[in-house]
Amino acid sequence: MSDFSLSMLADVAEGRLSVEKRVRAFLQKCRDNKELNAFITLFEERALEQARAIDRKRQAGQQTGRLAGMVVAVKDNIVIKGAPTTCASKILGRYDSPYNATVVERLLAEDAVILGKTNMDEFAMGSSNENSAFGVVKNPHDPERVPGGSSGGSAVAVAAGLVDAALGSDTGGSIRQPASFTGTYGIKPGYGRVSRYGLVAFGSSLDQIGVFANDPAVSALVLEVISGHDNKDSTSAAVPSFSAKSNGDVSGLKIGVPAEYFQEGLDPVIEKGVRDLIDDMAGAGAEIVDISLPMTDYAVSIYYIIATAEASSNLSRFDGVRYGRRAEEPADLTDMYARTRNEGFGDEVKRRIMLGTYVLSAGYYDAYYNKAMRVRRLLKENFDEAFKKCDVILSPTTPSTAFRFGEKIDDPLSMYLQDIYTVSANLAGISAISIPAGKDADGLPFGIQAQAPPFNEHVLFNCAQFIHNLKSI
Amino acid sequence: MKYEVVIGLEIHAQLSTRTKIFCGCSTAFGAQPNTQVCPVCLGMPGSLPVLNKQVVHYALKMGLATRSKINRRNIFARKNYFYADLPKGYQISQFELPICEHGVLEIPSGEGTKKIGITRIHMEEDAGKSIHDEAFVSKHETLVDLNRCGVPLIEIVSEPDLRSAADAAAYVTKMRQLVRYLGICDGNMEEGSLRCDANVSIRPVGQTTLGTKTELKNMNSIKNVEKAISYEIKRQTEILEDGGNIVQQTLLWDPDKNEARPMRGKEDSHDYRYFPDPDLAEVCIDEPWLQRAQEELPELPDARRLRFERELGLPAYDAELLTSSREVADYFEETLSRTNNAKKTSNWVMGEVLRLSKEKNCSVRELPVTAARLAELMQAVEKGEVSQSAAKTVFEAMDKDDAPVKVLIEKLGLKQLSDVSALEEIIDRIFAENPDKVESYKNGKTKLMGFFMGSVMRISQGKADPQKVSAMLREKLSS
Repeated sequence: MSDFSLSMLADVAEGRLSVEKRVRAFLQKCRDNKELNAFITLFEERALEQARAIDRKRQAGQQTGRLAGMVVAVKDNIVIKGAPTTCASKILGRYDSPYNATVVERLLAEDAVILGKTNMDEFAMGSSNENSAFGVVKNPHDPERVPGGSSGGSAVAVAAGLVDAALGSDTGGSIRQPASFTGTYGIKPGYGRVSRYGLVAFGSSLDQIGVFANDPAVSALVLEVISGHDNKDSTSAAVPSFSAKSNGDVSGLKIGVPAEYFQEGLDPVIEKGVRDLIDDMAGAGAEIVDISLPMTDYAVSIYYIIATAEASSNLSRFDGVRYGRRAEEPADLTDMYARTRNEGFGDEVKRRIMLGTYVLSAGYYDAYYNKAMRVRRLLKENFDEAFKKCDVILSPTTPSTAFRFGEKIDDPLSMYLQDIYTVSANLAGISAISIPAGKDADGLPFGIQAQAPPFNEHVLFNCAQFIHNLKSI
Repeated sequence: MKYEVVIGLEIHAQLSTRTKIFCGCSTAFGAQPNTQVCPVCLGMPGSLPVLNKQVVHYALKMGLATRSKINRRNIFARKNYFYADLPKGYQISQFELPICEHGVLEIPSGEGTKKIGITRIHMEEDAGKSIHDEAFVSKHETLVDLNRCGVPLIEIVSEPDLRSAADAAAYVTKMRQLVRYLGICDGNMEEGSLRCDANVSIRPVGQTTLGTKTELKNMNSIKNVEKAISYEIKRQTEILEDGGNIVQQTLLWDPDKNEARPMRGKEDSHDYRYFPDPDLAEVCIDEPWLQRAQEELPELPDARRLRFERELGLPAYDAELLTSSREVADYFEETLSRTNNAKKTSNWVMGEVLRLSKEKNCSVRELPVTAARLAELMQAVEKGEVSQSAAKTVFEAMDKDDAPVKVLIEKLGLKQLSDVSALEEIIDRIFAENPDKVESYKNGKTKLMGFFMGSVMRISQGKADPQKVSAMLREKLSS
């Protein structure tokens, strides 16, 4: 686990700790854990350069940023100027971004050191990190098992202590599910909280950048830094920032427990772990409310219609014309498109492009896309109703702990059901976090998910802090 | 058999905003290829569009000017298709709920006017340009210039209400006049700022269902719109008269060969898979916005033409010509505000001013002879300081010399003689030299008036004020 704590930031600011030394240690650790395959690109010289600049800044008596000394990783679907962005796909070839994502600008402005870009499922499509053109990522709790996905690299980099925090992206659970599988804190903020400018789009109406960390306070601080309105993203919300400080006091908190999240298919060990934590919170003064989210049963189905529809259009730009890989010696334009995309995309990406193209096709649009959008509104209304009765909804994050490599890869439906508890938050645009809740008999971690209204992330961090305090006793 | 022609037009007008519709790149025409681009209009991974609100404002003005229903909620949609000059693999356009619907445009047709329905006006981004010209590239290559990518467009779709090539030409003329009046598009068809596609079909007179249509593209002037449609009507008529069937296809007009040829490649029936663009928030046009657009609308060409006829008493021909462009009408009215003589001002503007602007190939606004200077010249004529005919010479000079009109008249030696004593001196001299003619006139040979006038003009070297001379001669000869 990472040795990071917020007091370390003070050590850096007051000159007791050199950022360069810290970065060197992390780089060594990354090399020692190469077999985890968490990174696609590791910024050795670039990170050291940045670290030295921060040290010089401090020595010169200049004010350093709020994240000075913190070492972070960025998922490889978030662009960094002059560095490769692969989205774990072959199709981008040797693509270097000409600009920084807004979140990257904000991290750099606060002097976070970016150590590298993490492995993922190709274009963030997958729940196991097995869909990467750069190989699988291994779960540090059991290298025979998947780390979850699609932000598997970021989850593992944090879980193995290779960085202090990492950015991921979450379209249907891509932060929370790997957080659950790796025993880390993974937050997906409310839609619009964080700018998507520079995040390579998968499902634009669902995608949101979030944070992995081993400590809720670190997670909250990083999220606070990357949050805020951005006029480069029309969907970013103009809402006041939240405070990163939570004390973990849950007395008076109204906790909603939805029956629909505790049904068949849920590992009994996880169910017990989650229910025990809810009882602990009740013991600390929280009020438990039974709620119902009847549209939950349709969430996975409509998610795979909406997300794939948007993806089929978002991924059209990878055509071999301007950047990335292009098929050699094409016969004509159509042949160039067909072969470039056939050679460049992996199977899961192709499957989703085809699904999305189908649901948007003339004659099927109303039956699929339009209907899914209507159900999405109903699902959102379910949450609006529920949040009239409670402040936060607690449930498991995933129905099971980490599975073995190859176990689900040939069964897309069972893989898609990994998202059963997580997709709703994306569809409804609300905020959600996975908090480490316990381990099963094999020592594999699982998480408890907390969901709150779109910009009530502080409530989530408060729950996380409560559980964190409980485990630290 | 008699056939009825049915034509619908789609006009794409590039809006003259300073920057593109979804990014801050310049929209200026003619820059070096691929220099007015950024990650957003290039569709680089991770980039997002942000709407330029000016585009909505311009489209709104167009909707108000065509008396359209304005949709207050505006949603952008993605039109998905692959092409080398379309970087994102989709064009951001509007599908359901275009900003304007059910508008109308009146066009002159035959003796009267005709109302042409406008189905819809929607906002969208332009694509880049593909260059396949074999003068620049080898056979299997295409060059792509993305400067145009993201330039804002409005697409104006007419109802199939046009019944002849002349109707179509009149419609495009009116539409171009309108966008220029509104100042939302420069209307330049050669540079492609205004583009027109036509759907043409014919059917036996009396038949209610539509015939099979063809689509005509690449008509880069109003003259070519008329020529291409005439050509297509003739072609379709000949096919039907020979007992054949019209094939639905897209035809490209070749202005050099005066013929329309089917577009190369097979005709796909595209499924564009439109869906709302999740990257752009809904744009709501509220009441204050609508009012602001309404208040900014200039007097529109038809209203101005009618006012020129009814309030200024100008002939229909004058009113039509003067209002054909907003600059000319403004120039006319500014001159008129200082001269107070509509017809005389009209004659000057339609005559000398338009001739000069055509000769110099510039807008009347750019002429050195401003409306104020023209008024100055007309006032000099009115006061008798220069004759009407000499004034044209002064006008020419004003184009090259910005000295005050009075100075120029002096400089050119064109100052008119209207001083009574000077004129009397000349008249007396002529009478003294020609006592016989004076006698004959008094005896009734009044035709000699021409002789006396001519003599005065000759002696005064044409500078005498003819009205004054004529009055003085009559008075003297009658005494």
